[in-house]
Amino acid sequence: MYIYDEYDQRIVEDRARQFRDQVRRYLAGELSETEFLPLRLQNGLYIQRYAPMLRIAVPYGVLSSERLRKLAYITRHYDKGYAHITTRQNIQLNWPNLEDVPDILQELASVQMHAIQTSGNCIRNTTTDQFAGVAADEVIDPRPWCEIVRQWSTFHPEFAFLPRKFKIAINGAEEDRAAIGVHDIGLNAVRNEAGELGFQVLVGGGLGRTPMVGAQIRPFLPWPHLLTYLEAILRVYNRYGRRDNKFKARIKILVKALTPEVFAEKVEAEWENVKDSGTTLTDAELQRVSQYFVTPELESFSGDDAGYLDKRGSDKGFNNWASRNVHAHRAPGYAAVTLSLKPNAIAPGDITAEQLDAAADLAEQYSLGEIRSTHYQNLVLPYVQQKDLFELWHKCRDMGFATPNIGLLTDIICCPGGDFCSLANAKSIPIADAIHRQFDNLDYLYDIGELELNISGCMNACGHHHIGHIGILGVDKKGEEFYQVSLGGKSGRDAAIGKILGPSFAADQMPTVVQKLIDVYVENRTPEERFIDTYERIGIAPFKERVYAADH
Amino acid sequence: MQQIIKGNQVVPDTWVLLPKDATLDQLTNAGDIIVPLAMWQEHAHALQARDGRLGVWLDADEEAESIADDLQHFDVIALNFPVFSDGRNYSNARLLRDRYQYKGELRSIGDVLRDQLFFMHRCGFDAYALREDHDPHAALASLNDFSEVYQASTDQPLPLFRRR
Repeated sequence: MYIYDEYDQRIVEDRARQFRDQVRRYLAGELSETEFLPLRLQNGLYIQRYAPMLRIAVPYGVLSSERLRKLAYITRHYDKGYAHITTRQNIQLNWPNLEDVPDILQELASVQMHAIQTSGNCIRNTTTDQFAGVAADEVIDPRPWCEIVRQWSTFHPEFAFLPRKFKIAINGAEEDRAAIGVHDIGLNAVRNEAGELGFQVLVGGGLGRTPMVGAQIRPFLPWPHLLTYLEAILRVYNRYGRRDNKFKARIKILVKALTPEVFAEKVEAEWENVKDSGTTLTDAELQRVSQYFVTPELESFSGDDAGYLDKRGSDKGFNNWASRNVHAHRAPGYAAVTLSLKPNAIAPGDITAEQLDAAADLAEQYSLGEIRSTHYQNLVLPYVQQKDLFELWHKCRDMGFATPNIGLLTDIICCPGGDFCSLANAKSIPIADAIHRQFDNLDYLYDIGELELNISGCMNACGHHHIGHIGILGVDKKGEEFYQVSLGGKSGRDAAIGKILGPSFAADQMPTVVQKLIDVYVENRTPEERFIDTYERIGIAPFKERVYAADH
Repeated sequence: MQQIIKGNQVVPDTWVLLPKDATLDQLTNAGDIIVPLAMWQEHAHALQARDGRLGVWLDADEEAESIADDLQHFDVIALNFPVFSDGRNYSNARLLRDRYQYKGELRSIGDVLRDQLFFMHRCGFDAYALREDHDPHAALASLNDFSEVYQASTDQPLPLFRRR
């Protein structure tokens, strides 16, 4: 985990002090609502339906026991005793008082955390693979690069007022778990034929109103040039991105209007001018940052733990959990474990103060004090010994972390929706809950197999509905909440945007609609096919027919 | 007379800023003026023949490149922020300073508020005409909002990683 030095620490403390003064001036009437708005947004502070909402940055999802305990304390002391993990790996508080936010920022700074640029039209939290550094299929550890980008983008003076928000994701594995294709910039760490490290650069992906998969503008960017190249992209966007219409202001609209080829030419021309400036990365800096991400000393095991395998054979419940929530690790005898924040009847991604403390204890006891947040809104313990898994499972069950549903239909990605968010057109949490109830039978859920179901309460697509195998979007029809369903979305290497099934549904129809979609899949699948595979083979028509068939 | 921030001080502003629809026949021979880009492009000779000093201002949708060859004629370049959340002129400022080596006064005008001054300073501005309802004396403090920065920019050519 990256550890702040005196410089990093000074910057977050300066920020807390600056924001304290801004809040003071706002409350004293010296700053108007309009003037305060972008200042508070760039600190992650929204004024929401019932209360302010504070989004705390978790850079690339890396947390520690110490940080979790601080978050638990903050939720108890300043909020209602729970927090929410977002689809950008960040953590939200739903009920803080505006007056308390400067104190919260100061608390966060004491554990090297902040809320910088978690909202607003600026460069947001850079996200990555939740299994970074431990995944068996990793080519390059993306975390040092995420940290380098974090520092470069933090208070970048030229890019604090972009046309619209800007999201960067970095992947370093065979599989793309960071969804780089649906980011404003997606970076894929690769090696060229000579074995040198660099990045494939995608630009112009994104969800929202106009979902698009990013286009490659450079197949290989040698790593020392990463920041100057980003600077060139951002400068072209800052100057030429549309500012006349909020809905056409993301970089994807510019890339599409110019074509990726012409956009790439503009970037290359700009880059020629800044290419070898002081911002060019150095070996020393790469090494300085990388030292914080070296694999910790792990015990050496010759292979899988025999006791663990035995238990899997003899205990069905444990085996279910191990098959869904335990993931391959590059070190023999180790595993990464997902703590599911998707039990029945809980808003996806919500976590109580008690659970935050418990997760901190589990991380300390079983995972070298490290823990990750994921864009699927769960937590991950990255360094668990297989021999501890059975014991860990019991503790997870006690704390409500053991729902064995990772990657299954009920591992729903869901935004806060109309229950909390003032942007939402419709509620999303009750829909997730109703679907969860419909598919509560575990054997049935396993039989359905891997499926991504994502729900957003509005076009802004915080719930990533476009890239769900089944996507659900809340829409407003004459003041009533309706839900539009799309099929065939995918994140990962072959990212795709889902297709809309047809006219939208009322909330109470949704469990039945999803049930019918699943029925069509189950009736048509071949033994090895996942939902998405069957969909791609048979197309949307059979699903459509079933769902819209007149009731008998 | 309006007061502006120049460097780290509040000083009276001696320049007259001409609006976009100003015409040449309204101008006097003496006095320091900042003219809109279109007027400069149309009347460069006449403007240079005046005795008073000359500045030019660019709106957010105008480009630094359009005056890159003319910089020696200007004592002031002003960059307009139609709303403070329009960030295009941060890029123009950096281009004028870093790429075209402009050394004269670079002034922010328009919807200029104290909470943006730190960023403006980092991009090469050295003068700020705050929106009229804002107190430039109070705003001075915001130039020191941060005591350390990560990135290279106009005010600091070396990123922190080359200095730490």
